[in-house]
Amino acid sequence: MYIIIIGGGRVGYYLAKALLDEGHEILILEKNTTVCDTVNDELGSICYRGDGCEASTLAQVGTGRADMLVAVTGEDEDNLVSCQVAKHKFKVPRTIARIRNPRNEVLFKKLGIDVTISSTNVILEQIAEEVPTHPLIHIHEIRDKGLEIVEVKIPQGAVTIGKALKDIVLPQGTLLTLIIRRAQRPVIPDAGTVLMADDQIIAVTDPTSEDALRKALRGG
Amino acid sequence: MKVIIMGCGRVGARFAGLLDGAGHAVTVLDTESYSFRRLPAGFKGKALVGNGIDEEVLKRAGIEQADVFVALTQGDNRNIMAAQIARHIFGVKRVICRIYDPLRQELYQNLGLDAISPTTIFADILMKKLES
Repeated sequence: MYIIIIGGGRVGYYLAKALLDEGHEILILEKNTTVCDTVNDELGSICYRGDGCEASTLAQVGTGRADMLVAVTGEDEDNLVSCQVAKHKFKVPRTIARIRNPRNEVLFKKLGIDVTISSTNVILEQIAEEVPTHPLIHIHEIRDKGLEIVEVKIPQGAVTIGKALKDIVLPQGTLLTLIIRRAQRPVIPDAGTVLMADDQIIAVTDPTSEDALRKALRGG
Repeated sequence: MKVIIMGCGRVGARFAGLLDGAGHAVTVLDTESYSFRRLPAGFKGKALVGNGIDEEVLKRAGIEQADVFVALTQGDNRNIMAAQIARHIFGVKRVICRIYDPLRQELYQNLGLDAISPTTIFADILMKKLES
């Protein structure tokens, strides 16, 4: 694939390095001469000096034939504009933007950016996993299907302990796929499976049903 | 009318003064309070420190009740993003955005933003002066 990366800072640099190793054709657009020179010295001539928001610069690097554009500068507004120019002027099929402010995710999606990655949210998720009291953990997001895989822990004393799954009303479209029990092998749950304290339940659900799922399994 | 102006530079401050003088309710946003020195004496509107690409700041500026939003910072991309937030998130009826880069101005005009490029306009004025 031909992938254009906007921004040759740390994120852009290591992203380029990893993608080059996978055999992709990579080009980095970077405004700063010094940063540009460093990348070229270390990774070979893959960095072009220029503004990734300018249509003329994007035309020079052949954005029209790019399969993907990833904007990873430190500024949300620059990443947004790069992706929008790539999408609307050059019809790049997939645009990905890094965002600093997690709240910008809604706007970027609305404006047609295919994928947004919020480093703040990624770190938050990691922290959440380390906090044992956290009721629901996001494991994986299946973006184009609007689904996600989550883990719900059944705490000691939950009112649902001892109940069979057939007596629990789950939100529409939610599937319990696996239960991991302390000192036991993982089990595939069926209607007769009875919930126990410290069960870790892996479920597929849609993001709007998260609260309902948590309530159904933990009783609040 | 209730108008929010983002960016209190020369143009922003002057425009705010004109609107204020004409009896409109004006709120000016800037990331630095020092910029508000440019507002004319006797300015009756509000001056608020904050970044206009932050939804919280825009809410504090009263964007939910605003009739007009004008983005006049030095950064084209910041103006573009703020204008799109005003339009697509808050549904402000009249949104105007300054974009220095003529190419970007053209693109966003085509995407439905009311975008003005001072670069194009000023170059045209100079040409006309020389030709006449």
